Amino acid sequence: MRRQLRAGLAATLLLTACAPPSSGSGNTDLVVFAASSLNPTFATLGKEFEAAHPGVTVKFSFDGSAALVDQLKAGAPADVFASADKANMDKASTAGLIGNSPVQFTTNVLTLIVPKGNPAGITGLDASLDNKLLVVCADGVPCGTATKKLAAALGITLKPVSEETKVTDVRTKVESGQADAGIVYVTDAKASGGKVDTLPIAGADKARNSYLIGRVLASKQAPLAAEFVTLITGERGQQVLETAGFGG
Amino acid sequence: MIRPPLPRWLLLPVTAAVVFLGVPLVALLARVPWARLPALLSAPAALDAFWLSLRTCALTTLVALVLGLPLALLLSRGKGRWAAAGRTLATVPMVLPPVVAGLALLVALGRREPLGGWLAASGVDVAFTTTAVVIAQTFVAMPYLVVSVEGALRSTPDDYAIAAATLGASPTTVLRRVSLPLVAPAVASGAALAFARALGEFGATLTFAGSLQGTTRTLPLEIYLQREVDSDTAIALSVVLITIAALLVAVTARFSRGAWGQP
Repeated sequence: MRRQLRAGLAATLLLTACAPPSSGSGNTDLVVFAASSLNPTFATLGKEFEAAHPGVTVKFSFDGSAALVDQLKAGAPADVFASADKANMDKASTAGLIGNSPVQFTTNVLTLIVPKGNPAGITGLDASLDNKLLVVCADGVPCGTATKKLAAALGITLKPVSEETKVTDVRTKVESGQADAGIVYVTDAKASGGKVDTLPIAGADKARNSYLIGRVLASKQAPLAAEFVTLITGERGQQVLETAGFGG
Repeated sequence: MIRPPLPRWLLLPVTAAVVFLGVPLVALLARVPWARLPALLSAPAALDAFWLSLRTCALTTLVALVLGLPLALLLSRGKGRWAAAGRTLATVPMVLPPVVAGLALLVALGRREPLGGWLAASGVDVAFTTTAVVIAQTFVAMPYLVVSVEGALRSTPDDYAIAAATLGASPTTVLRRVSLPLVAPAVASGAALAFARALGEFGATLTFAGSLQGTTRTLPLEIYLQREVDSDTAIALSVVLITIAALLVAVTARFSRGAWGQP
């Protein structure tokens, strides 16, 4: 709904002012739409990209992959799109929004996290979760689809008290101790630092999420967008991603 | 006396205002998948969200009436520093960003916080329950009732209440037979506004109560989720919310017209 509001707002501004906003003083903006889970990593790499390309400002929009595809479909001006799963990149490709064939640049697996000190005494995806407050991602969003796939692969039934739309919402509920346990990406567990304890899931590999990146077809900065993709898929990008826990 | 006409140039900003407010709603309606609408709205998740929203909002309105009316009565009589402080307290949740309201509730009633921990230990654990939804909604919605009723009370002349008291009516009788009936339209419109605000509550619920079908996932939370999963469903449910909101606003306007001092 926010998108429609924004579109309506933009339309109104155009109708009433008849003057689209002009860009700054010769500076070039590179707009990157990236899945929420890429937030700290891509922001770091964006700063490095700016340092290597004077006069270029990298602007990020971090959101759920599906929401980003919706925004692209509505004509949001983006140059690069990075999705947290293949399904959403396929949606964007099918809609003819992606310029070249998108490439997989990393993967992510799920893990169980508990508040620091594990007050509820959780031991893993087992009977220790009975009658405890488990929070997961909702089916349909990338991390939730992965959670469902993992539960099926491991032959277990999860009884969550909450199914969140964003993986960060799972994380914050565990960090604050509201929830006894949560299933998030390894990278979220790592980003959480000392606020949570991590209980690796044996067989987590059975539900590995692929991250794909591609240049947006409508981009007016095609060479620059291609260079950004190269940074991500290249040695430096992979190094930063691995440090954050991706591909592990 | 005939009112002097408004200057014609006002039409320009007026048109801009109407376009500004109307375009997003029209844009949303234009995107509604009308053919699939019945199927989308009768999906179990959508129905659960709808009924949960209605149930929790009705309960919220009730709680807001029971707790908010006495507060409005007291504030309408208050003068000086304490009344000002009380009024500020009663209105701040209205203007808080929803996520801040959620954080405040979480810090107060969270399971690992002093108050919430004590409550949980005494057997009142609201984490991830429908009760938490009602608490979140009441926190942001009650101020609308308080402000609406207090304003009406202040603009109501005291003559009738004074007359009733002079004739020997007890304070409770004056309240029940005179003061409250006089502000009944404001109470009704305040209750409708509180219901509408509770219906739209999102941030505090998401932060504080969680999101589970049939338990805590109200209409706005279902829309938020479907935005990621199936945007057609999100738009279809948005139409439901807009319809209910429009009805509530119409009800409010109807009652406001009948308020004190106006025919």
